[in-house]
Amino acid sequence: MSGTAALSVEGACVALGGRSVLREVTFGLEPGEFCALIGSNGSGKTTLLRAILGFLPLAAGRIRLNGVVGAPGPIGYVPQKIALDPALPLRARDVVTLGLDGARLGLSWPSKARRIEVDRMLRAVGADGFAEQRIGLLSGGQQQRVLVAHALVRRPKLLLLDEPLANLDVRSSAEIVALLRRLSREYGAAVLLSAHDMNPLLSAMDRIVYLANGAAVAGRPEEVVRTEVLSSLYGYHVDVVRVHGRVVVVAAEAGEQIHEAVARDPVHTASVP
Amino acid sequence: MFAPFMLHAWLVATMVAIVGGAVGFFVVARRAAFAAHALPLGAFPGAAVASLLGVNELFGLALFSGVGVIAITQLQRGERREVASALWLALALAVGVLLLSLSGAYAQSLYGLLFGEVLGISRAQVLGVALLSALALALLALLARPLLLESLSGDLAAAAFGRARSLEGAFLLIVALSTAMAVPVVGALLVFSLMVGPASGARAYTDRPWRALLLSVLLSLAVVWSALALTYLTDGPVGFFVGALSAVCYVAGRRRSLRAGAGS
Ligand SMILES: Nc1ncnc2c1ncn2[C@@H]1O[C@H](COP(=O)(O)OP(=O)(O)O)[C@@H](O)[C@H]1O
Ligand SMILES: [Mg+2]
Repeated sequence: MSGTAALSVEGACVALGGRSVLREVTFGLEPGEFCALIGSNGSGKTTLLRAILGFLPLAAGRIRLNGVVGAPGPIGYVPQKIALDPALPLRARDVVTLGLDGARLGLSWPSKARRIEVDRMLRAVGADGFAEQRIGLLSGGQQQRVLVAHALVRRPKLLLLDEPLANLDVRSSAEIVALLRRLSREYGAAVLLSAHDMNPLLSAMDRIVYLANGAAVAGRPEEVVRTEVLSSLYGYHVDVVRVHGRVVVVAAEAGEQIHEAVARDPVHTASVP
Repeated sequence: MFAPFMLHAWLVATMVAIVGGAVGFFVVARRAAFAAHALPLGAFPGAAVASLLGVNELFGLALFSGVGVIAITQLQRGERREVASALWLALALAVGVLLLSLSGAYAQSLYGLLFGEVLGISRAQVLGVALLSALALALLALLARPLLLESLSGDLAAAAFGRARSLEGAFLLIVALSTAMAVPVVGALLVFSLMVGPASGARAYTDRPWRALLLSVLLSLAVVWSALALTYLTDGPVGFFVGALSAVCYVAGRRRSLRAGAGS
């Protein structure tokens, strides 16, 4: 891994409430790369993203951003759950403006350059239609777009998005993924996007980090999304099946308990009805 | 009403209103109304101690407010802010009761501290309030944008600041400064009404954050000036008028948001 990687996670271990949640997670991202972070509910996706942000301490290992430990430049972040207060007098436009200067001290006068930048970002995410509305009164999908704009407007070198597609319909998902893909290339930003279903990301992702049982495998999708690799990650046999351009990971011939664990949550990487 | 002996009252009330309206905007945005109540009320034993020792009440109030900020931020590590504020309030009031029983009677000054007193404000008090106002407003101006971002979401703020450090301590300090200085005039029991009423009313009338802040300051001025005039005319307690007029602001804002919600 080169010293100029946008992100390098080296043997990261995280324990929460005395329980080990992530063990020896290792992967790296180059500038401009689009990486999917895939795992079922509770596999540790949010934990990993929060460890990268420095919100959670590492029990072992280290995380470097642009080659530096613990001194992150701007990181764009779209959290998974965010309760926005409808009574807060803050328009979508103000949220994006805060992405630009929300960490700055002191007062500032309205600036034309800033307004143009914010307008451009609102248009880029397709939020210009509701830019003047209160953020707390927008729908989940609309809020998601505004939060993406908030995270991107400072042109961070690293963008972390926690299940940004969970609230979106299929078409909006595809739009957001295409947008992120385009902007990440344009700005040279590395994108790490978590999801429980990899299918909306198949065409966009350069790399994948697949989480299960607190461990991770990482690499190019064709190296990782394979029966042998995922079986060894899960610790029992799973089949990677490709049907109609979709990828489905299903457990087969597993011990009863393990099988149950999968059956309880069949949506490991794909929605299998 | 503008007699010389009222001049100090007008000056202090104006400063209290400006600071209260501005800080109140963030108190409401961050849902910190209870902390804004616990800090001044928990500080009033400090004023009792100060008047017992014969020093400026503001020192005692500031000291106890400062201790309150530290106590609430420390307790908040393991608890919600409401619980932390309640614990501090209970402790401070217990100390206050003890001090009262030890020191004997001074019911008159106690009444003033709890309910407000506009007459007999000394020159030293005016200067003290001016100093604290300037400090509170300077801190608020410095932290305005980060505080607004943190009101939107603690996670977004932490990611933007580049570390998981919250502004809660600094914010409570601003609240403590601005409530402590208002206690002698408005009274410890009703100070927080000035922080909550105008600000929550204001945000129903605009979607823009800085306009809402400005409107909150204007409403707060209207409340305090009217309260002072009514006090002069009726000889009623100033705290009552501040509390009642603040509540009017809140109710007006509430009605407007409900109507806007129903209309859209
Ligand atoms: N504060 C916490 N204390 C203890 N366990 C936690 C805490 N937060 C999360 N966990 C556990 O860590 C695991 C991973 O959680 P999370 O990272 O939120 O998963 P994901 O985002 O993939 O759904 C879960 O089993 C969860 O129960
Ligand atoms: Mg999660």
